[in-house]
Amino acid sequence: MSTENDPMAEIRASFFIECEELLEALQDSLQIMDDGAEDGETINVVFRAVHSIKGGAGAFGLDALVRFAHRYETVMDEVRTGRMEADVAALKVFFQCADHLSDLVRHSRDGGADPAEQSAALLTRLDALLGEEGGSAEPEPEPEIEFQPTGLTLDLAALDDAPMGDLSDLPDLPPLDRLPDLPALSGVKTYTLHFAPEPELFETGNEPFMLLRALQELGTAHVTCDTSRLPAQKDLIPEQPYLSWTIELETEAEESEILSVFEFVEGLCSLKLTGAGEDAGSSELPDLSPEILPAASPTPEPLKQAEPEPVSPAPPPAPTTPAIAPKAPPAKAAAANTPAAVKSVVRVDLDRIERLVNLVGELVINQAMLSQSLEDANLPPHGDAISGLEEFQRLTRDIQDSVMMIRAQPVKSLFQRMSRIIREASAAVDKDVRLHTEGEATEVDKTVIERLADPLTHMIRNAVDHGLETPADRIAAGKPSEGQVKLTAAHRSGRVIIEVSDDGAGINRPRVLQIAIDKGLIPADSQLSDSEIDNLLFLPGFSTASTVSDLSGRGVGMDVVRTAIQALGGRIAITSTPGKGTIFSISLPLTLAVLDGMVIDTAGETLVVPLNLVVETLTFCAEDVSMIRPGQHVVRVRGAFVPVVDLGAELGYRPPLSNFEGAVALLIAHENGSRAALLIDNILDQRQVVIKGLDDGFFRAPGIAAATILGDGQIALILDPSDIINNAAQPPQERLVGASA
Amino acid sequence: MSDQDSPTTIELLTFQLAGQEYSLDIMSVREIRSWTRATPLPHAPACMRGVINLRGTVLPVMDLGERLGLPPRAQSDRAVIIVVTHGESMTGLLVDAVSDIIALTRDDLQPPPDMANGATTGMVSALTLIDERMVRVLDLAATVSLEEGLAA
Repeated sequence: MSTENDPMAEIRASFFIECEELLEALQDSLQIMDDGAEDGETINVVFRAVHSIKGGAGAFGLDALVRFAHRYETVMDEVRTGRMEADVAALKVFFQCADHLSDLVRHSRDGGADPAEQSAALLTRLDALLGEEGGSAEPEPEPEIEFQPTGLTLDLAALDDAPMGDLSDLPDLPPLDRLPDLPALSGVKTYTLHFAPEPELFETGNEPFMLLRALQELGTAHVTCDTSRLPAQKDLIPEQPYLSWTIELETEAEESEILSVFEFVEGLCSLKLTGAGEDAGSSELPDLSPEILPAASPTPEPLKQAEPEPVSPAPPPAPTTPAIAPKAPPAKAAAANTPAAVKSVVRVDLDRIERLVNLVGELVINQAMLSQSLEDANLPPHGDAISGLEEFQRLTRDIQDSVMMIRAQPVKSLFQRMSRIIREASAAVDKDVRLHTEGEATEVDKTVIERLADPLTHMIRNAVDHGLETPADRIAAGKPSEGQVKLTAAHRSGRVIIEVSDDGAGINRPRVLQIAIDKGLIPADSQLSDSEIDNLLFLPGFSTASTVSDLSGRGVGMDVVRTAIQALGGRIAITSTPGKGTIFSISLPLTLAVLDGMVIDTAGETLVVPLNLVVETLTFCAEDVSMIRPGQHVVRVRGAFVPVVDLGAELGYRPPLSNFEGAVALLIAHENGSRAALLIDNILDQRQVVIKGLDDGFFRAPGIAAATILGDGQIALILDPSDIINNAAQPPQERLVGASA
Repeated sequence: MSDQDSPTTIELLTFQLAGQEYSLDIMSVREIRSWTRATPLPHAPACMRGVINLRGTVLPVMDLGERLGLPPRAQSDRAVIIVVTHGESMTGLLVDAVSDIIALTRDDLQPPPDMANGATTGMVSALTLIDERMVRVLDLAATVSLEEGLAA
């Protein structure tokens, strides 16, 4: 089946990939319907998704799939034509059918247990819907005959292309005459250019006058200087740019040519290029951004051509991205009507990307080695070799970023899987649960997404089973009977934060404490803070469920979740408010391949600290450091006391320092907002390093996230500062030095 | 070489540790490298020398003498790292010197006497005699697995 020479196998494989996408669209639309936000199109998307799967399945003779999809489609058709209403009960069935459809697809692809039994059950429920609502359930039409002609309608464009009324109404390309014609580019056009320098423009030695003169060379320019922001002389800050210019330029040049004048100050100024009329007299003249008008008013000419268009469909294209060709007036209509160009997508074998990622990793190491040897060669600092190397470094970095982008994927697919977990879990424990998702478009490395599925599933199940109360308890507590579970993803300071929160009862701290004591996990007389109690959940061998339920409590505890997250270079934190709910927060690195790091030296060992955690660097004065108890010091940083963690001692490289005068430390930001000063010997460098995983099966060193290879070929360990600080905060006997299996 | 592929013969790489002769099945040996400084891993068991760069991969290095509980000795210039593969992973084993490659039949191997000698039980899988010298054949899997070593 997977032989490369079998063309059918290839087509089949692409059918299944398309199925995945169709199922995703199906889930999305059902969710929209469930949220009550549907429009007339939503049901069509649902219908078409099911229909396309059926069509493809028919072509491959996947009868079970066809039979089920056909009945599903029939019911959907009833909803689409308005003969049946998609109420809550019906939607529930639809969701289950969608889940089942994806089971069937998977079964057709991978084999395994035949879900036929469930098919029958769901079909009965579908029929029941038809029976009670529509009454017009046609007697089993001949599926084979009906769909065969459209057997290959794997038309994804039809799905993407939202405003489509009917299946017959396949997406038409816009008529050619509606496309933006690009005529008369040779004629003289008038542009309005608003140019306001930022302070950086002057700092980098640029001179607006030169730019204006360059514009003059393109055609006739009327320059108006806006002095309105100029303060009184006593308030004037010489470094601050107060002037801005409005330039009316009549030229034959294209917009790109005009923009190229500003190429070197890109990002150093605010630049607005608007409007290109064929000639100043034309009546349907371009939109001039309203905010420019006041500035432009002194000259009568701009007024004449600048009929402000409040209905302007889109703001003028950002001038800093000349790659987007600024639109000529006719394009406006087209832009409003044609949906965004269909993204063209290439499917690439993951192995090839892996190979590319590895090669780029090697490239970065190689480049570091080259830098090192050039440095050792004592070349003149501004020579060709050094500047060439800088260019090389920049390119390497760009390549690396681009390659990492290839691997990045939105977390949406993961979240969709979770919505299924919610449905199944809530049905199993008989609770009404609604899942809210946020930040589905957040992109994370593909490997991270894949390896996150299991821990997240477990956390979601936990939230439904343990987090939320029973409907009766909820009502008694004055909450709506339907529980809420929220799943959010967001980028925050170079990491991805994924949160699972519920609005349940929160952690029952007395009970957690009692269980931990009963199980002998902590001494009976322990005095623990609230957050320490919450963190007991992560201890191996802890499970709060007093009865082992069907759902969670399969012997997998939160400690497994934590281990899985840590294996990804992430951390998990828990916050709980009694009566309000619990939030589990996972913080993950964006990529598993590269890292901006600060290269430091401690006790003769070279180490790398992830740069995103370093807030600032400190040099101690002895009087700033005070001891709170033996072996524990705090340092005063701008009035706040920050605990000092001696890295060399913490890693066991040397005995703790006793004299802090002149010591160098990195101020590290903890995920939970607290800070610590990590005492080191020296800062050596700041550079991008390639993360090389340490073989976990062998030995997992606490406080060490990974390793990298430096320019001299030596291995440097990459620290996990938060782990080190956490370890340092724990009394020594609780520190775990363990091997993982 | 080809006539030794039959299941009854095996090739062993012999090496020295604290004046004693040990050996490993040569099929698990990837390469032999001269000693380079390893980057130590914090909080690692004593036998873990750290990690080295093996052409772009991070290779953990284990001091085999330390692992077998042999007395520590001065680092010699002839110390080498034998890179071995076991399952999916690779490990470097630091030994005093590599001696020879020998071929023998399985009949020449004797099981080690059943003595409760603690930590190294299971690590020596067989004994053999070569030129009247006793050579211990190591069980690689038991040697590189640190689990019981750490639990102790």
